[in-house]
Amino acid sequence: MSTPATEPLIRVRGVSKHFGSFTAVDNIDLDIESGELFVLLGGSGCGKTTLLRMLAGFESASSGSITIDGADMAGVEPYARPVNMMFQSYALFPHMTVENNVAYGLKRDGVARAERRQRVDEMLAMVELDSFAKRKPHQLSGGQRQRVALARALVKRPKVLLLDEPLGALDKRLREQTQFELMQLQDKLGTTFVVVTHDQEEAMTLATRIAVMDEGRFVQVGSPAEIYETPCSRFVASFIGSANMIEGSVIEVNGETVVVEGEGGNNRFEVNHSEPVSVGDSVCLAIRPEKIDIALVTDQAATGSQNRLSGTIKELAYLGGTSILRVETEGGRVFEVTSPNRLRSVSGKHVFDWDDAVTMSFPASNAILLTS
Amino acid sequence: MPETQLTTTQAGFVEKVFEWLQRNWAKLIIAIPFAWLLFFFLAPFFIVLKISVAELLIASPPFTNLLEWGDGILPSVSASIDNYAYLWQDPLYVRTYLNSLQIAAVCTAICLLIAYPMAYAIVRAPGNMKLILLLLIMLPFWSSFLLRVYAWMGLLADQGTINDLLLWIGLIDKPIRLLYTEFAVYVGIVYTYLPFMILPLYANIEKLDFSLNDAAADLGARPAATFFTVTLPLTWPGIVAGCLLVFIPATGEFVIPDLLGGGNVLMIGRVLSSEFNANHDWPVASAVAVVLLLVLVIPMMLYHRIQAREGAY
Ligand SMILES: Nc1ncnc2c1ncn2[C@@H]1O[C@H](COP(=O)(O)OP(=O)(O)O)[C@@H](O)[C@H]1O
Ligand SMILES: [Mg+2]
Repeated sequence: MSTPATEPLIRVRGVSKHFGSFTAVDNIDLDIESGELFVLLGGSGCGKTTLLRMLAGFESASSGSITIDGADMAGVEPYARPVNMMFQSYALFPHMTVENNVAYGLKRDGVARAERRQRVDEMLAMVELDSFAKRKPHQLSGGQRQRVALARALVKRPKVLLLDEPLGALDKRLREQTQFELMQLQDKLGTTFVVVTHDQEEAMTLATRIAVMDEGRFVQVGSPAEIYETPCSRFVASFIGSANMIEGSVIEVNGETVVVEGEGGNNRFEVNHSEPVSVGDSVCLAIRPEKIDIALVTDQAATGSQNRLSGTIKELAYLGGTSILRVETEGGRVFEVTSPNRLRSVSGKHVFDWDDAVTMSFPASNAILLTS
Repeated sequence: MPETQLTTTQAGFVEKVFEWLQRNWAKLIIAIPFAWLLFFFLAPFFIVLKISVAELLIASPPFTNLLEWGDGILPSVSASIDNYAYLWQDPLYVRTYLNSLQIAAVCTAICLLIAYPMAYAIVRAPGNMKLILLLLIMLPFWSSFLLRVYAWMGLLADQGTINDLLLWIGLIDKPIRLLYTEFAVYVGIVYTYLPFMILPLYANIEKLDFSLNDAAADLGARPAATFFTVTLPLTWPGIVAGCLLVFIPATGEFVIPDLLGGGNVLMIGRVLSSEFNANHDWPVASAVAVVLLLVLVIPMMLYHRIQAREGAY
């Protein structure tokens, strides 16, 4: 037993969940510290909800142990756990007013009427729903319902709040706004949040730490920056943001850098080596689109000298702030590059146009060397 | 020229009729069966109402006419509430009404207690099981109702299956009286009306969002609290529908008390039948029927008004 001070708030050890012969959650270890905003990120069906439901007590683990706040949760019913959950569909009680929905948990705990009133009012004020207290859920908009669900789960002051796709049902604008509200709320209350989402941007925005899940397993756990800048596998690199992936093999190992020969030959890249590799290993290079310098061939000075490639622009998408360019190199490889539109253009003519000949380059430290 | 004008106005009229039909076809489809039901409820009701305010006559038909066409232009009306007063004054009738209501109420409550868990279990059963269980609930409807009541007579009789079985086990040493008791009537009514309770409950529970149960548990509700604060209020419409479907026909039930209760169980359906068939007192029998209708309809209307005032969610 470690000392109580270093004991994480949630400790998951070797937890699996089988539905018949299907394994939804596969041998997961996880520590979540108090005050974290932890995000479980993964594609649909990878087991995020199942893991969350095991924390809440709706599913029992097929094997392994879950400890919350120092207490083993085996056999502890959902109503006895120090966690609350915000459901994907909100699960608001349709026959109760907003006020009664929020008061429900306090009533079950036998909180006295006066205190109940006060805490409900406080909570409704916090989510800016005070004027909707007497309404029924069906008289609210999607965003308002989401806030009722949040208030209902938070009013009991749980140690941990579990949120299953909390923003999934909102439209894009509202979602972005609500992300920040959620973060402010979490900061203010200091409650530990465990958020499930399939939206990587949402995960990056919210999280202090992210666990990337695939087929019931954690593939990487780390801060948003760690996950983005140093993904540990091809899967994570391509799942979080976009990346140009080049399969190849190591042909030279130097002190600082490794030289990789891309498949199809005739293209060599020099990259920093972050993982131990030796000559002959097959590896993958991942380069983020915004980490490639690009310039017109006529403007040679604008690009660096390391990892130079030339090609022509085959596709171009103008997004306002940035443009996405697809560049085909002489070897037939296609690179995706994002270029910020730093100069205002009124003529409709931008720096880059279709079929322009361009030069690309990236410093050795910008590429990620992946072995798995 | 006038001929073509005529045809254009005719065409215009036909067009208007078509337009009207196009806009109102849905109402029309509802209106036809509705009118049919209303007519065949109201017409007999008014005939019965008319007979109930007449006096008994030894004639055919055995009652006085409502309207007598005398010398004047307007007919003279002969109506009296004597039959109703008679029902009120004779304790037998009052007792029979109360007894019928009591039996129907108890049977409804028993049906509800049996049906609710059954309906719930069917909803939670896996997909293919669900269909089989529902079919089993409806299976009795494939055989005649009378046949099933006769089967119960065979089961409950002194030399019936149940007594034989109990004797054989040695639990009793002489047959216990089951048939022609109030108990037999309860058994018969509960058995007969159970599907009418299960089906509306099933339809209602089926629509229930079970993530609400999880939400309640998550907020600290034990299973019993979840049931009383979430499940029960949300399935209330199904409970009301099922109770009405059982209580109303059970109150006026005739065949079951007649066959299983014999002469020992007072129920209004049997009294009604004997007034008509044995006593040939059509006016009193009609009054019995009208009062029965009022006894059933008035509480329902009150309930409906309360519901409307509270407002649905
Ligand atoms: N009660 C269940 N019975 C059988 N399979 C289930 C059950 N719940 C979830 N699954 C399966 O487990 C997998 C993971 O589900 P879930 O945790 O809901 O994924 P998600 O990551 O999309 O939230 C899915 O393939 C799903 O079909
Ligand atoms: Mg899910």
